[in-house]
Amino acid sequence: MYKVVVPGDFISDEVNRAGEGTYVDEGKVYAMHYGIVNDKGEINVVALSGKYVPTNGDIVIGKIVEISFPYWIVDIASPYEARLHNSEFAGTMREKIEFGDMNKYLDLGDLIVAKVLNVDALMRVDLAMKDEFKIGDRGRLIEISHTKVPRVIGRSGSMIKMLKEKCNCFIFIAKNGRIWIKGREADMNLALQVVLIISNEAHTSGLTDRVAHFLDSFKKNREGDRE
Amino acid sequence: MKEEKIELIKDGKRLDGRGFEDLRPIKIEVGVLKRADGSCYFELGNNKALAAVYGPREKHPRHLQDAKTAVVTYRYNMAPFSVDDRKRPGPDRRSVEVSKVSREALDPVILKEYYPKTAIDVYVELLQSDAGTRTAGINAASIALAAAGIPMRDLVSSVAVGKIDGEVVLDLNAVEDNHGEADMPVAMVARTDAITMLQMDGRFTKDEFERGLKLATKACHEIYELQRTALIEKYSESVGKGEE
Repeated sequence: MYKVVVPGDFISDEVNRAGEGTYVDEGKVYAMHYGIVNDKGEINVVALSGKYVPTNGDIVIGKIVEISFPYWIVDIASPYEARLHNSEFAGTMREKIEFGDMNKYLDLGDLIVAKVLNVDALMRVDLAMKDEFKIGDRGRLIEISHTKVPRVIGRSGSMIKMLKEKCNCFIFIAKNGRIWIKGREADMNLALQVVLIISNEAHTSGLTDRVAHFLDSFKKNREGDRE
Repeated sequence: MKEEKIELIKDGKRLDGRGFEDLRPIKIEVGVLKRADGSCYFELGNNKALAAVYGPREKHPRHLQDAKTAVVTYRYNMAPFSVDDRKRPGPDRRSVEVSKVSREALDPVILKEYYPKTAIDVYVELLQSDAGTRTAGINAASIALAAAGIPMRDLVSSVAVGKIDGEVVLDLNAVEDNHGEADMPVAMVARTDAITMLQMDGRFTKDEFERGLKLATKACHEIYELQRTALIEKYSESVGKGEE
């Protein structure tokens, strides 16, 4: 069963096992977040909510909000804006991108998949392009709290694997809580519904089984309608 | 004009029937506002406070950003209809002061260095007021901050003590506040008994002050337990729903 803690709750005396979401005061480990204790190996407190802070290597889905030569300014669902240098894009082509031409490649409002290249001490975030980078108008985007992302993926990818199979969709989950779903209309609706269920019940146990059950009963109903 | 003397204590009880060391009834609800990152509704007797937390988010204007930590802002506001005689809306001398001390009451527990250059905005609205609103506001804001997922060392709990008819009593209501001899709001961290806010209006002897502080400490521990339970129950309630 999950153990819920609030900031300042005493967790343990084992100072050397204190991990993320905890702090040590006078030889004792306390919770730093309102969240759930994870006591395997290190003692961590997984927050229930909160804002995404980018770290190097994260894959995120971003939205172009501003063009300021030679950068695209990208919203990554975080308190910090990210920037993408035009040479990143130009690297995929031969010619250079000229001043004033940047919107021909990526315009305001475009969605991209990118990798966090570097976050400096001043929290300036640099992005790098990923292979399939431009989302365009294919599929749908949902935004959930980034704290729920591990739940949507499941233990060693069990949840996401099931989702992809049963919903028959392409699903891409970014670290910042944005999820890109691509498939047939009805399938996308189902996938969207399921992701929201997972997000709302992320802290409960036996979630994978429940979602499997939900998907199966949904399928049965749909087949029942056809007959 | 001579004010009519009101007898605040009758037969060892206060006007509302409480004993000297009794709190008013408290009701807490977590997560009442959908659009806020964290929120809390807090009732302390006839006080009704609503706290909303937004952030960490980008701080504007930029020159107010701090390169090393987040900047916490706190707005305490009384609704015009929250008191008997309509309050002129908007910030005034009093609410600016209350905002400042309330922010400073919460500031030490927030681990601001995790979100450099950002703003954490706390808004507290008093829908109904009956003395002790700043303490209700701090209690609500503390819960709302935790619910917003902001890293904190502890929760802050707050209560007032005062002196009426020569007796040191806990948690004054409006009549007692207006006709009593002293009012002292206190905010503290229940785990360590560290005081983050202490104000006093009126006069206490040294002995009364110490008794009052002891009373406030005990009450803060009680409030802390209620705050903690409210946050944890918010969770088990949704766990229960999911389990069905």
